[in-house]
Order: sequence, then C-alpha cells, then structure tokens
Amino acid sequence: MKYSESLTREDKVDMLYKMMLIRGFEEKVEELFSLNLIHGSTHLYIGQEATAVGACRALNKDDYITSTHRGHGHCIAKGGDVKYMMAELLGRKTGYCKGKGGSMHIADMDIGILGANGVVGGGIPIATGAGLSIKMRGTKQVVICFFGDGAANQGSFHESLNLASIWDLPVIYIIENNLYGMSMGVNRAVKVERLADRAKAYNIPGIVMDGNDVIEVYDTVSGAVEKVRNGGGPILIESLTYRWRGHSRSDARAYRTREEEAEWRSKCPIRRFSEKLMSEGLLTEEGFKELEKRVEDDLNNAVEFAKASPFPDPEDLLTDVYA
Amino acid sequence: MREITFAEAIREAMSEEMRKDPTVFVMGEDIGVYGGAFGVTRGMLAEFGPERVKDTPISEAAIVGSAAGAAVTGMRPIAELMYVDFATIGMDQLVNQAAKIRYMFGGKAKVPMVLRAPCGAGRGNAAQHSQSLEAFFVHVPGLKVVMPSTPYDAKGLLKSSIRDDNPVVFLEHKMLYNFKGPVPEEEYTIPLGVADIKREGRDVTVIATSMIVHKALNAAAELEKEGISVEVIDPRTLKPLDVDTLVRSVKKTKHVIVAHEAVKTNGFGAEVVAVLVENAFDYLDAPIIRVTAPDTPVPYSRPLEDDFIPQERDIISAIKEIL
Ligand SMILES: Cc1ncc(C[n+]2csc(CCOP(=O)(O)OP(=O)(O)O)c2C)c(N)n1
Ligand SMILES: [Mg+2]
Repeated sequence: MKYSESLTREDKVDMLYKMMLIRGFEEKVEELFSLNLIHGSTHLYIGQEATAVGACRALNKDDYITSTHRGHGHCIAKGGDVKYMMAELLGRKTGYCKGKGGSMHIADMDIGILGANGVVGGGIPIATGAGLSIKMRGTKQVVICFFGDGAANQGSFHESLNLASIWDLPVIYIIENNLYGMSMGVNRAVKVERLADRAKAYNIPGIVMDGNDVIEVYDTVSGAVEKVRNGGGPILIESLTYRWRGHSRSDARAYRTREEEAEWRSKCPIRRFSEKLMSEGLLTEEGFKELEKRVEDDLNNAVEFAKASPFPDPEDLLTDVYA
Repeated sequence: MREITFAEAIREAMSEEMRKDPTVFVMGEDIGVYGGAFGVTRGMLAEFGPERVKDTPISEAAIVGSAAGAAVTGMRPIAELMYVDFATIGMDQLVNQAAKIRYMFGGKAKVPMVLRAPCGAGRGNAAQHSQSLEAFFVHVPGLKVVMPSTPYDAKGLLKSSIRDDNPVVFLEHKMLYNFKGPVPEEEYTIPLGVADIKREGRDVTVIATSMIVHKALNAAAELEKEGISVEVIDPRTLKPLDVDTLVRSVKKTKHVIVAHEAVKTNGFGAEVVAVLVENAFDYLDAPIIRVTAPDTPVPYSRPLEDDFIPQERDIISAIKEIL
C-alpha cells in the first residue's frame, strides 16, 4: 500500500496550504527586499515547494532536519512559524535567532530544525552527527538532511555518507537537484548520470524521485523513514526539481534559457497538486480561494508582527557567544 | 588620471598577467559566465576561454589544493574563493600543503599560486559570509598575505602576487569592490612588503588595513578641523610586514592606534602592537589602542552589524583618548 493512501482530505489540503504558504512567503520576501526592509542575501525556494512539504510530512515533530542557504521552505514545512521567520529576516529581536542569524541561519531547536546553513555542504556532517546522537541515545528519531546538487561535490558529502553507512546512522540525505549550483549546471559539475548513483559508493540505497510531485515525495520519503527508523541505515534520495528564480537577487540567469524556465514552470508543483485535489473532488475552486486568502492573512500578520517588533539592543551584540 | 573600481583593477591585473604568461589561469566557483559572485572576473571568459577561466564545482578543498598541485608543477594559478569564510574548507591544502611544500622539500619546489578571497562585513551577509580571517593566514610561515585598500594598490600588488614564487593570500574587502580610484593606464607593480603612508601627520599614527583605511582617512580629515594631525599608514602586505615604515612613523608621532575590522583577540593588530613594543617602545608616549570588532561572530541585524564594524567615530574617540 502507498503511504499516501492513508492521508486524509485535511492532510492533503494542509500540504497544499503549506506549499502555498512557502511560495507566498518567498514572494513577500522578494517584495520586502526590494523595499530595503530585508538586507543581506536571500535565496528563494519558489518551484521546489513539493520536496520540503512532502518530505517533512513524513516526519514527527521530534525528528530532525538540517537545511541550507535556500532554507525558508524546509523551515515552514517542518512547522516553523512564519511570524518568527519574518521577524528574523527583518533583523528583529523577536525573530527565531533574535535577529543575529538572518535568512541563512534560521533554526528552531524545539521542532528539530537544526538550522539553515550559509556554508554549502555545511549541514551534511551536522545531520550525520545528529544521527549518531540518536543512535547513542537510543531514541527512535530520524534525520532528514536537505542539500543541493552543488553541495554533493563537497568533501563533507562523501565523508558523511561513508560514515553514516559504516555506522548505520538513521539519516535520509535528500539532494534537491534543481539543475544548478548558482550558475554551474549539474551536467558540467558531475560526470555521473544521476547523483543518486553515488549511493553505490557507500553501498546504501539511492532513490530518484519527482521533486515536483508532493505525493510521490511523501511516499518515497515515508518509505525511507520507515526503513531508517527501524535501523536500516542511511538512504540517499535525489529529488528532481527546479529553482524558478535566480540564485539570489543579483543573478542575471545568463547560464540558462528562458525556454527551460518556462518548461519547468509548466511543472509547477502547486498547480499540479491543486488540480489533482480538485479532480479528485477533494478541493473546490472556492476552497482554493480560501487557502489563498488564509496564506495572505497569515503573511500579512507575520509582516505586521515583524515590523512592530524592536531591533536588538546594542548589548545583544555581545551575548550568546558562549553558553 | 583615469579612475576605475577596485574590482576592475583586480580584473586588469589578472588579465594583463594572463596575456603575458600562458601559465597564469583563474579557477573558482561561478567565475565564468556568471563573472564571479562580485563580478570581478566579468568578461574574462570571453577573452581567455574556459580552459583558463575555469568554473569549478563547489569543492573548496579541491580548489585550493589543485591550485597548489598545479603551481608546484609549473603553472601559476589564481584560485578564487567566493568568500574567505570558505577558506576553512581548503585550510589543510593551504596550511599543511601549499605553505609548507617548499620547506618540507628542502627548498626544491616552489608554489607560485594566489588565493583571492572577498572578506569583510557590511552587507548583512551574517556570520558565515562576513569574516575577516587574515590573522589565520599571517600565522602560517610560508604564506604571504596581502590586503589592499585602494584600486591602485590592488592592481599593483596583485600583479606582484601573481609573479611571486610563493603562495599568496590576497584579501579583498567586499565593500571596496565598487570603490573608485586613480589607476594609470601604464603598467606598474607594487612590491610586496612595503607599507604606504596614506596621509602624513604629526600627532598620532593610525595603522589601519583594508576598508578601515578609509575610515581612518575620514577620521583624520575630521580631526584636522580641530587641529589634530593624524598620520594614516596602510601596511598593504601583512606578511611580510614593513616594520621600518611603522617604526619611523611612531618615532615621529609617539602615539599609535591600530585599527582593523577583524575581531580583537589575536587579530592582526596584536602582532602590530607586539612589533612596535619590540622595536619602538622607548618612543611611545602612551599605551597603544586597538580599534577592532568585538570578539563575536558577525551579526545579521543591521543595527548590530553597524555596531560590530569599527566606525570612523570609534577611531576618532580612540585618537582623542590617546592624545
Ligand atoms: C562552502 C561554500 N561555497 C560556496 C558558497 C557560495 N554559494 C552559496 S549557494 C551556492 C550554490 C549552491 O548550489 P546547490 O547546492 O545546488 O544549492 P541551490 O542553490 O541550487 O539550492 C554557492 C556556490 C557557499 N555558500 N558555501
Ligand atoms: Mg542546486
């Protein structure tokens, strides 16, 4: 039986809502960035929503994830609160990291989010260590380690997968292959046909999934979670997807064609899922409009909350360096 | 004289050396079509082609190490890191390999490579993309370390770095890339290990590096109105350090402020203070003051980041305190 068959209508609508919330959040971030209310750099997850939502739906609250520079989607999918995320991006004291971390460092230890990461490949050993700790503490938690195709060329990837394989650690490594690491096409950056093939080097399962199909992601990751939770050792999953926006704001996208972008837009994970739910009679046009309204309200509230929040005090600069 | 930006000066230095010497080439992440994260290599792919302007995967250990390997076997690579923060990933190759090969091999090899990297805060890039790590490199015998503050210096020093037969770490403050300054059309070089007196003065010497040189110059202009005459010296090369120029100035002004953007403890300023205590103690009329960032990671939130970075006002108050 497929895991998704036991999802209720509410579950599925909530998954759609989460995907829409991620997209709306990113569009809001874009807007606030151009108003200079957010500074630094932000890397938007638009186009990849199904991977984070489908994968995190397979997890429990006390399971862990590690994320990346493109982390807003993972955070929302794992249960992060857009109010505290927005406040963090606006550099406010009420943000997830008291304004000290910003977009690339959002973390919520209470729901297992071990941080976005500014260092490509930086989260992979951390996830591996969390897996080690789960094993030593004897709990039944699992870890999902999210990272990009570009990160799969760091030594930290290879060293971590090897370690996790020899120690049978409960970690699911999900490569979000969105075809590019900044301007570097994955076809220029690696010689293997599929990144999942690298699992062979560590004698662990390597699975490829359609990262724009939230149900396929949910089924694939649920299967992996069940195995891993029962001591089956690590699994590598390659999720095929696409980032719609430039790498960051300054990206002129000279390394890819507008045709390619249009082709991937036609595979929009949100539209695909909402149309599916409608065709299955689980969602009406009206219900969809309500979701849109809910997303808008939630994000407006988040922005209000963030704007009304104070900036950190000068003394805050010096705290939190040591425990 | 024509004025060009810091980024253009660096590009000119690389391009001129590449036209003259076929063994010089550049490699790094997104330096080809993308032109580098800060646009420094823009246009170089078109002139030199992908064999000499090499896009690499995201693999800093291999970028640094393969530069060393190519250098030791007859090439003169310029490796670009996207941020100096990621030098940590290539640190074994830089510190244990590139820096020591000549010595360990009894002087029978040379490693003529340049490692260029943007450093510094000011763009809201937070803790993993904003550091000033020059002290790491200065601490390693076998490495030379250059940290220019103007387009003129950047060009002349980079050309010398490329021609140097040793590994040179070349640190470019990211807030300087768009800074314009006079650079002659004619060829010139600036030798490594020679400081520059950026402004002559009688009452106090400010020894500053990189971005902070400009803040020191502003502070000096401000204090001139109050009749305080400030000498500003930029060492330009941190290793080897031009001790003579520093000592000569101290003998004249008898008061010293050392200013840099890096954190205080064990920062480059500590070395400068030690050198002056060893070589000019008898001439000092007051204890040396360091103006630096506090001992914290770089915070994201704008007001905190502003507080973190040493500002003109901090230099002014230090000068008033010492006189
Ligand atoms: C160690 C390191 N090197 C380089 C960078 C600069 N950088 C940030 S994101 C990125 C591309 C990452 O590509 P990928 O892993 O495929 O993730 P994506 O951006 O596609 O989500 C690069 C080169 C970095 N942050 N960390
Ligand atoms: Mg990618």
